[in-house]
Amino acid sequence: MKKFFQDIKKYFKYILYSTKSNLKTEVANSYLNWLWWILDPLCFMLVYTFIVQIVFKANEQYFPVFVLIGLTAWNFFNTNTNSSVKLIANNKSIVTKVYIPKYVLTLVKMFTNLFKMMISWGLILIMMLIFKVPYTLYMLQFFPVLIVLFVLSFGISTILMHFGVFVEDLSNVMNIFLKLVFYMSGVFYAISTRVPAPFNRILVNLNPIALIIDSFRKAFLGADLVNYRMLSIWLVIGLILSFIGIKTIQKYENSYAKVTK
Amino acid sequence: MNKYAITIKDLHISYRTLKGFSIKKSLLKLKMSKSEVFEAVRGVSFNVEKGKILGIIGKNGSGKSTLLRSIAGIFSPDSGTIDLHGNSVSLLSIGVGFQNKLTGYENIFLSGMLLGFSEEQIKQRINEIIEFSELGEFIYKPVSSYSSGMYSKLAFSITAILETDIMLIDEVFSVGDIKFKQKSYNKMKELISDENRTVIIVSHSLGTLKELCDEVLWLHDGKIKQIGDPEEVIKAYEEFMKTD
Repeated sequence: MKKFFQDIKKYFKYILYSTKSNLKTEVANSYLNWLWWILDPLCFMLVYTFIVQIVFKANEQYFPVFVLIGLTAWNFFNTNTNSSVKLIANNKSIVTKVYIPKYVLTLVKMFTNLFKMMISWGLILIMMLIFKVPYTLYMLQFFPVLIVLFVLSFGISTILMHFGVFVEDLSNVMNIFLKLVFYMSGVFYAISTRVPAPFNRILVNLNPIALIIDSFRKAFLGADLVNYRMLSIWLVIGLILSFIGIKTIQKYENSYAKVTK
Repeated sequence: MNKYAITIKDLHISYRTLKGFSIKKSLLKLKMSKSEVFEAVRGVSFNVEKGKILGIIGKNGSGKSTLLRSIAGIFSPDSGTIDLHGNSVSLLSIGVGFQNKLTGYENIFLSGMLLGFSEEQIKQRINEIIEFSELGEFIYKPVSSYSSGMYSKLAFSITAILETDIMLIDEVFSVGDIKFKQKSYNKMKELISDENRTVIIVSHSLGTLKELCDEVLWLHDGKIKQIGDPEEVIKAYEEFMKTD
């Protein structure tokens, strides 16, 4: 564990620089590419608003903002876990040529996604103005919930990165599994009102992503206190997963370059 | 002061259990496929004195690159030890972590930081790197627009100018055009002749090795066949390759 913090300290500059250049790479092709960081969540918001409000005739209050919060949190988790499966393979040019603690790669990826997510949160604040959702002090709860989301994503990503090296078709399995989690997380519906009585609480408490999305909505739309007890439990689980992930990577990372593909 | 810069004891490296497996395949077969063992390096031990230059020769697939990469810390050995006595090490090879869409200038920082240098250290040497690479204005263009020669020139310049205590060189004498080749060869000589720098070179150009090295190691099927005076070892190697 001590090695982990030393590594982070040593490679922190690299993580920042690499994150910056990753973001730059995405906008390198055309100067309008960064527009996609805004257009992408915005368009999906419109798609789900159309399907849920017009096709299914559901009526949540502030639905566009409601779904945008769900999408933002979900996208962060989804892209992190999904890309971590192939992270080592995609960074082959680095991994086979120089020693680097492999969770540094995870962190670079996560910071890149974090930055993009922050743009999306900025968008949410603007949308709240447009839909006349009042700003409240409850919104400060955003930060503790974000920490839970980050730690949990990091833990799961590191473990997936490790297995992604050895299991060739893990990404296929992950695609299916993540789709399932997507529908179970209430990205475009409110679990507490849409799912019948005992199951909704079970779903929210057992599925951390559902809990996190629900908490974000409470903080921004509901003006309500989030469930700190459940969140701390998931934070502890996230820390344990991160610990396992870091330990596994430290033990096996030197053989990653050997795996023949 | 330690006499040796690199101490290697009974090193074994194999590509064994680590073959990737897929869930689909194991579902279809219902049992784990037997993994093949390929031992690339089998029981190699040697020392390199500080400031000395060691050449490694051997036919293709004899474990030279594997050995070099394990010294650089990219592989972990299956058994045996590698002791670098606290020296910093870099593997000189083509294009460490280049991001194709970024400019050469930014890539210098990225690779430099990957090699363990701080931003300030790189800033101090960056002009030297750009000058040495002969890229001129192209340094501010994306790496994807480079020709393969320019690409390797930049890569060579980065590792050649950002020096480490131990340099591992894997077949990089054939970089760029004749002029750059001569220049990099001279730079190499200059780097190598530094008293404090320990160098291991893997190469097939026997003439170069004869000229540069203090000692030559002949690796055959993952074992040391001969180690010692360059002239002798290379002569024996040449004869062996003729009859083989």
